[in-house]
Amino acid sequence: MIAALTTPYVAWWALVPLITFAVAGFLLLTVASLVRRLPAVLAPAWTAVAGLGVLLYLVPMWSRVGRDGADSFLAGTVGVDRSSIFVTGILAVAVIAAALISRDYLPREDLPGVELYVLLLMSAAGGVVMASANDLIVLFLGLEILSIAVYVLAALHLRRIESQEAALKYFLLGAFSSAFLLYGIALVYGATGSTNMVRISAFLAQNVLVDDAMLLAGLGLLLVGLGFKVAVVPFHAWTPDVYQGAPTPVVAWMAAGVKAAGFAALMRVFVLTLGTYVSDWRPAFQVIAAATVLAGAVVAVVQTDVKRMLAYSSIVHAGFILVGLQAATDRGNSSVLAYLAVYAFLTVGSFAVVTVVSGTGDASHGLDAYRGMGRRHPALAGVFTVLLLGQAGIPFTGGFVVKLGVLAAAVDGGAYWLAGVAMLAAAVAAFVYLRLLVAMYLEEVPSGTETSGAVPLGALVVAVASAVIVLVVGLVPGPLLDLARDAVPVLVAG
Amino acid sequence: MEVAVFIVSAVVVLSGALGVLLARNPVHAALFLVQTLFGVAVLFVLLDATFLAAVQVMVYAGAIVILFLFVIMLLGVDRADDLGIEPIAGQRPLAAVVGMSLAGLLATVLLVAVDGLTGAPAGTPIGDAGDNTRRLGEALFTDMVFAVELTAILLTVAVVGAVALARRLSGPMQPLPVVAIAEVDDDPDEATGDDS
Repeated sequence: MIAALTTPYVAWWALVPLITFAVAGFLLLTVASLVRRLPAVLAPAWTAVAGLGVLLYLVPMWSRVGRDGADSFLAGTVGVDRSSIFVTGILAVAVIAAALISRDYLPREDLPGVELYVLLLMSAAGGVVMASANDLIVLFLGLEILSIAVYVLAALHLRRIESQEAALKYFLLGAFSSAFLLYGIALVYGATGSTNMVRISAFLAQNVLVDDAMLLAGLGLLLVGLGFKVAVVPFHAWTPDVYQGAPTPVVAWMAAGVKAAGFAALMRVFVLTLGTYVSDWRPAFQVIAAATVLAGAVVAVVQTDVKRMLAYSSIVHAGFILVGLQAATDRGNSSVLAYLAVYAFLTVGSFAVVTVVSGTGDASHGLDAYRGMGRRHPALAGVFTVLLLGQAGIPFTGGFVVKLGVLAAAVDGGAYWLAGVAMLAAAVAAFVYLRLLVAMYLEEVPSGTETSGAVPLGALVVAVASAVIVLVVGLVPGPLLDLARDAVPVLVAG
Repeated sequence: MEVAVFIVSAVVVLSGALGVLLARNPVHAALFLVQTLFGVAVLFVLLDATFLAAVQVMVYAGAIVILFLFVIMLLGVDRADDLGIEPIAGQRPLAAVVGMSLAGLLATVLLVAVDGLTGAPAGTPIGDAGDNTRRLGEALFTDMVFAVELTAILLTVAVVGAVALARRLSGPMQPLPVVAIAEVDDDPDEATGDDS
């Protein structure tokens, strides 16, 4: 006697971005293992085309979700709403940028050149899963796909011992944070009887738990696990070491892509699923956000290595995003999404410039390498200036617009002290960027480093395009803010 | 009866876990891990999850610990690390405090929630022990089918990563960072992570 099994409904149209990334990775892997001499340009071009294809496909998907509303399928484990489409778009942009930067980086470093793209594509697939997960187990799997690929990517500069050191540090700490996340999922499951986010939020909305100690402990452990991925204080200790050691194109992906997926997950788990417990988790988020912006900004000032400087600046940015997230309102969510989008451009552009400046060996990251850049590479220095001003949040750049957005969301929610702390930290962090600008334009070129080679095309395209977009968003912020406002995350039952 | 079985297997699990931490010889630690995993398998049987119990014994106690042992043997058991070196001053007392507070937190959760550990009852009753495998299979191909498919990508990533990292490159390696070489003679502890 065999009962027929009713398989769940699958909305294939909504899975296309995930399938594109995953299948592109599998195909590239297969072709590369069968064909002996692959043209060097194939892998980066293939990766960029996959990213571009996803980006284009998101346009009809966006309007379809707008017309029919958010959907949930595969037995309610995956959801598609406009926020997941928005984050997928950020991931696609980061994939394209990382592929373009890597195109010239791998031959320069004399490294074999297919695995990086395969892992990049698969990591992006994991990010897409995280951005559209409706179930904590699926979320965890997405996180692991994303993270394990990035652990390996961090070690891929096989000629530098620092690269391996960075990967080992990242892997060990990341494994611990995954354990915390799993423990948190187990406790939340124990308290609510489900791992499905829709069912958890429905359960918490209908019932008042007399004993909620287990749920609160689970909530705290979830915060630790996800906080590690997005690098907020006190879970940030790995960031500077890993950013410093990992290959620079990989750092661009880590900073832009991993952070976007991590914050999308934080938003889905805390704001959407555990929204009824907002008064319990908001104080923790506020303290973490304040500690992150302050510690990141203060420590960034004393760094002498530009990659470490940018690592601490990425910690400051994570703090700012958390300032928007803790509001737990539609306005806060849209400010977070807008910040993630602009931050992705700022960071991939900056690391594209860092890749070029670092020179063969990916080693010269000291301030010395940037001294006199205004004279040696006027164009590159100009682009870097725009990106740094954007990171500092100077008016007329995209950085200013989105910083204003998260602060407004915090003030809206009555967190005046947090907004004040964040503004103070922004002022401190601006010093870091100004120091780099001073080194580029006002300081003399140290003798013996008079190397002004041609700037590789891929990195140049990424840097220029990012700078242009940051400027355009700064001057005409309307379209991006409208997109982010429409990208409200929702949980719907399947 | 159930309480007695639970207490015995809990003692087995916990003593095995302590053994993993305290054993000086890594092979002994791996064998203590087998003890813990067997204890967990008994707990699964107690919960009528017979299939999980069998998988626990075969996959964890069987395959995974054997892999651990392989790795330990390949690296050499006799090579003992000197645990006396403190890379960061004061980290051990600090770690003890943080660990104890986490343990205290979790213990409090257990003690406070003595009346109702679970807020909601599990969705469907698990059924009798013989029904287990079929139900699990159904769940894997209906409710959890997406998670099962995702593990395909996860495993591919792991394999690609392992192959990519095991690769030996021809050609020159980068020299060690200057900081590490300069300071390795007098103070090996500060050779990492610092810039300047």
